[in-house]
Amino acid sequence: MANLKNKNLISISDYNKQDYLEILKLAAEFEENPRQEILKDKVVASIFFEPSTRTRLSFESAASMLGAKVIGFANPAATSQAKGESLHDTIKMLSSYSDIIVMRHSIEGAARYAAEVSTVPLINAGDGSNQHPTQCMLDLYSILKTQGTLENLQITLVGDLKYGRTVHSLVEAMCHFNATFHLVSPTALKLPSAVKMHIKRAKLKYYQYTNISDAVSVSDIIYMTRVQRERFSDPLDYEKVKDSCIIDASTLEGCQENMRVLHPLPRLNEIAVDVDKTPYAYYFQQARNGVYVRQALMSAILGLR
Amino acid sequence: MTTINKRELIVSAIENGTVIDHIPVNTVLMVLNILGLNNYEDEVLIGINLDSKKYGKKGIIKVRGKYFQQHDLNKIALVAPDATLIVIKNYEVVEKKSVQIPDKIDEILKCINPNCITNKEAIKTKFTVIGKDPLKIQCHYCEKSMTNIRFAE
Repeated sequence: MANLKNKNLISISDYNKQDYLEILKLAAEFEENPRQEILKDKVVASIFFEPSTRTRLSFESAASMLGAKVIGFANPAATSQAKGESLHDTIKMLSSYSDIIVMRHSIEGAARYAAEVSTVPLINAGDGSNQHPTQCMLDLYSILKTQGTLENLQITLVGDLKYGRTVHSLVEAMCHFNATFHLVSPTALKLPSAVKMHIKRAKLKYYQYTNISDAVSVSDIIYMTRVQRERFSDPLDYEKVKDSCIIDASTLEGCQENMRVLHPLPRLNEIAVDVDKTPYAYYFQQARNGVYVRQALMSAILGLR
Repeated sequence: MTTINKRELIVSAIENGTVIDHIPVNTVLMVLNILGLNNYEDEVLIGINLDSKKYGKKGIIKVRGKYFQQHDLNKIALVAPDATLIVIKNYEVVEKKSVQIPDKIDEILKCINPNCITNKEAIKTKFTVIGKDPLKIQCHYCEKSMTNIRFAE
């Protein structure tokens, strides 16, 4: 059995396949029984140096359901960082007040550095455009729940594959499970070669498309992301491609029965609301799964499960 | 005295120490910096624009009374990949070594990502070498990979 006690989670590559499976198994147990006071004597520091709705509330809800006390802040303007205190000093202080730290920061690498400074384990809840490993874990959990397995799946990734950190982590994680990847994006937002290297190293296959309709029928999972206007230097380029990576109920006609649509949320127009009523929509349950996965992570890292 | 090259003698021989030969002319000062020789208290002899059959012109550094660890020397592979290290004891060449790009590079480089924590707080940088030809490194903190190397000031 994987021992995750005191093991920081900064990047999805910090954990191996065995670790993922361990967390997913635990998450399933917490989904059965999410309210148990196993963190009763523990203090969770939830420190968000940049705004976040879903991730912060899901962590705090997960901790509260397990009986932990949650301290921290959702707005750095109210902290000593706003007075110019270094991240080093803030983390030094907080690690003497808490048993585990959950941190989001706008600066890349802040989580890795904070974990080196901290005397208690740290979970990265997003560091700039770098990593957001708990999102990846809940994506894996959602895939496992909807497909019954993580092995040998056809995973279609849609939208901004160049900058989307959730996409990069998901590709890396799914390379452990013999996935085949279908990559749908405007040419300007293709998956970076560094991420494709993970697929090549694992000797897996990937196919590239510019239009989602070409990949719908083969997919077990369609993982949607936002294509942001500001990623295009020429607004005309955005106008040309903006409709190639959106889905509505009619786009999904001809898909497999088991296919489910995932999205890290918030969505804009890339998933039309008429998809919500189809049996393929899974993004809201996906967000709820975040609570169980985060319960699993906190209790495993604190050595209580 | 055995095989100390006559050309090296132009700069003057040393009794004990290290000769770093075949340095590109434009990186001699960087090599000094990387090896921390700017503040070295004993004798350091520097030759620039010496004739070299192989390279046309080259630089050379002779450091009296100092021997380096291989991992320190490997850092200079980033700017002087063809450098040769000659260990001198009693005016004699006792060892010749080449440099190799190390697997990890600490402190001497700067991350090119302006939003990396190492560019925001006083943190020593750490990089993992993920490709040697061409050189590609990855920041330990922000995880960005990069091919253009920038030295810390």
